[in-house]
Amino acid sequence: MLSAQAFGDPGKMKDYHYTGPVEHKFSPYAFNGGTVLAVAGEDFAIVASDTRLSEGYSIHSRDSPKCYKLTDTTVIGCSGFHGDCLTLTKIIDARLKMYKHSNNKMMTSGAIAAMLSTILYGRRFFPYYVYNIIGGLDEEGKGAVYSFDPVGSYQRDTFKAGGSASAMLQPLLDNQIGFKNMEGVQHVPLSQDKAVQLVKDVFISAAERDVYTGDALRVCIITKEGITEQTVPLRKD
Amino acid sequence: MALQDLCNFQDFFQDSLTKQSFSGTFGKSTACNYVSSSSFRNSTSLFRFYIPVAEYLDESPIQFGQISTVQSSSAFSSQDSILSSSSLPTSLPFASSQSVPLPFPMSHGTTTLAFMFQGGVLAAADTRSSCSGLVACPASQKILPIHSHLVGTTSGTSADCALWKRILARELRLYQLRNGRRLSTRGAAKLLSHMLHPFKGTELCVAATLCGWDGGEVDDGCHAGTETDLRASFSGPGLFYVCSDGTRLQGTLFSVGSGSPYAYSILDQGVRWGLTVDEATSIAREAVYRATHRDAYSGNCVDIYHITSNGWTRRSREDLKEEYYREKERKEKANIGEYFGET
Repeated sequence: MLSAQAFGDPGKMKDYHYTGPVEHKFSPYAFNGGTVLAVAGEDFAIVASDTRLSEGYSIHSRDSPKCYKLTDTTVIGCSGFHGDCLTLTKIIDARLKMYKHSNNKMMTSGAIAAMLSTILYGRRFFPYYVYNIIGGLDEEGKGAVYSFDPVGSYQRDTFKAGGSASAMLQPLLDNQIGFKNMEGVQHVPLSQDKAVQLVKDVFISAAERDVYTGDALRVCIITKEGITEQTVPLRKD
Repeated sequence: MALQDLCNFQDFFQDSLTKQSFSGTFGKSTACNYVSSSSFRNSTSLFRFYIPVAEYLDESPIQFGQISTVQSSSAFSSQDSILSSSSLPTSLPFASSQSVPLPFPMSHGTTTLAFMFQGGVLAAADTRSSCSGLVACPASQKILPIHSHLVGTTSGTSADCALWKRILARELRLYQLRNGRRLSTRGAAKLLSHMLHPFKGTELCVAATLCGWDGGEVDDGCHAGTETDLRASFSGPGLFYVCSDGTRLQGTLFSVGSGSPYAYSILDQGVRWGLTVDEATSIAREAVYRATHRDAYSGNCVDIYHITSNGWTRRSREDLKEEYYREKERKEKANIGEYFGET
């Protein structure tokens, strides 16, 4: 299969010394950084993202959140290449409208997830460079999180981190929410306040160690009452 | 409609010559448009399925100023079959083997196995989904049920396997509705192999084993010998290996994936036709356990599915971490025993 080494690590600059003649090709992709996180609770779901938009060594914007509201019960977080994120969310919005007009009801979270999988796979040979995470409430009112890879493979989770700091955040979430790798700990179900606090703490940690994460944190909390948003400042350096 | 143009979602019911009952409403489209997508080919045979034509491979995805926001490369039969009939003008000759280099790695690496024995077919797999060094998902499902009597193990790129299994399930259901009986495992393997053939040479990577029980109707039962139909119907277990490079093999034992050499060593030692269900389950579990121990890209838990004439049953997922600790204790006890002169 295609080796990842051939393309370098996404988003990281190449070595800053001469390694030999290098062929430069036009790449249709860019890496704009950002981290997205979603947590599902008993009757709520949280989707959070940082708001930094970067490219290489520059920051394009400090106020570019990556959560997009799809319906009253579903929010999607997209990180990766910002151009593809914008197009993908436009396409999803359009498909939601079409579904609403022809079926006279809103799409459920599970249906949106299945639809997104086929949209992404339709571009199997020129993929959308977007890491998606959908957070919302399912038909029974329970929290649901669906995480995707760029070509459409998806599954339902309880919590998932995606984007540039995902490798740092996911083990922390596994431990704190999934109670993994701990002995003799009581498995307490997560309450909404604890979950929001955990998400804020986790992003503060991510901003410390990942250069592409920072500036501010946008948290969307989805309950049956609706979607509330909070903005929390993060490190700006 | 502007919305449809944006998404390249064309209402090609107006194009379809048959299946008038499905024209017009989108409302039915999500459930039924696969039928009209197959009539798109304008053939009159009863059993037709949509083979995505590899036209898009001739189009360069990078042509300055000629790319629309949504690629017409989405020429697949996906669940909503977006096929653009107005393809982009391709003035540049383009080698179909060239593709856009991806900036991200795809999920890969696994251990799956399946074998046949007197009690049916057993399929087992690990649950780690890795992405060039990072474990993308420690609890993925690599054995996907396709219908009540057919299960497929997946190896390769997870997205490819998931979507193609979904497409296969749809085509098998269509066959069942049109012909009144389930397609045999052999037929399903051939169908999958032919659906993947247009993508030979591309980066698509699917290596699946299809494990099923043929037998058709309920009253067909266990009378494998008596033919009530003129159609000679084989009844019993079936195991086939299908790969996206074109391989299609029948067999009684397969293991696929990066951990397969380790699994084969355990299976070759222990698998016989006369195994009981419990023995077979423990061999499969042991094979996956040893493979996950040695192969970096396999790990976490083991899933086991058992297919009989009544359909498939799933053994609850077992975390292999506990097994490592148990094994360690056993070894320590054995060492202590030797030390103190016990045998």
